[in-house]
Amino acid sequence: MNFLYAAYAATWTIHIVYLITVVRRYSHLKKEVDELNKKI
Amino acid sequence: MKKAFPILGLLTAALLSYALYQALVVAPTEQTMGDVQRIFYYHVPSAWTAFLLFFINFLASIQYLVRRDPKTDTIANWVVIALGVLVCIAPYAFRTLLPPGVYPSSVVTTGIAFVGLYFLIKRLFSEQQTDMLALTTAEVGVVFCTVVLVTGPLWARPVWGIWWTWDVRLTSTLVLWLIYVSYLVLRRFSSSGQTPVLAAALAVFGALDVPLVYFSIWFFRTQHPQPVVGGGGSIDPRMLRVLLINWVAFLCFAFLVCWSRYRLERTKREVEETQALEALLEPRSALR
Repeated sequence: MNFLYAAYAATWTIHIVYLITVVRRYSHLKKEVDELNKKI
Repeated sequence: MKKAFPILGLLTAALLSYALYQALVVAPTEQTMGDVQRIFYYHVPSAWTAFLLFFINFLASIQYLVRRDPKTDTIANWVVIALGVLVCIAPYAFRTLLPPGVYPSSVVTTGIAFVGLYFLIKRLFSEQQTDMLALTTAEVGVVFCTVVLVTGPLWARPVWGIWWTWDVRLTSTLVLWLIYVSYLVLRRFSSSGQTPVLAAALAVFGALDVPLVYFSIWFFRTQHPQPVVGGGGSIDPRMLRVLLINWVAFLCFAFLVCWSRYRLERTKREVEETQALEALLEPRSALR
């Protein structure tokens, strides 16, 4: 059972870590857009 | 479309929860392996999803390469149509050459899907957008392939007694993962204007590994279990149902992640274009 839970936990950990990186890139990009808007 | 995203997100979350419940509670326990066999409900759909994403990446990369020249584009269209016709006829004409358990109808369906998807991408995406689609599907495909490479050993340890073995299926999957990781590294760290072209060429070669991974268990003697779907193997109908529910759930999830990543890439390129324009205009404004 431990291997089963480890596999399911690993799957969701991988997906969540990837989603966090996407969200971080989004917020970084949003900052850049805001800065550009200020300049324009 | 922006309003649809949260609704689709909630529906996908509900579907994933339902699929998890089906995999852990409803699916019958396998007699020889016990509960550890349930890893199969995450491992196999993740592999299928990764293959589909790499396949889309392959089609998008081909289109990015051929649409740069209208003549090549026309030739490519006819080649794709000819390949589609060939794939529809060949499995019936050379039935004996097919690996045991592979039905001619499955090969024909794959051929029709290939042609259909090629022209669908062409209709929906412009040349620059195919490059963004290729990048998106490669990135999400690598995530799903990572899941396959992590859940596989977690199943193998209690069943085979080892974490890893260098057999053809496992090794070719690792090579596939490495090819697409190198694709992403190239996209990330190369700033040359030729990067998308080089990456598209790499993706076309990388995609050649997908059929090798898929058919390796038919053509080579491997330790990996034989296919239970579409390969002449048998599976309990209740297990098959749970497997398909999980695959649909993962497909919906992959679609949403690809959508978000695609939007991120599109915005990023728009920002880069605006920054470049602004940099060009800046010296003039300084002179005033």
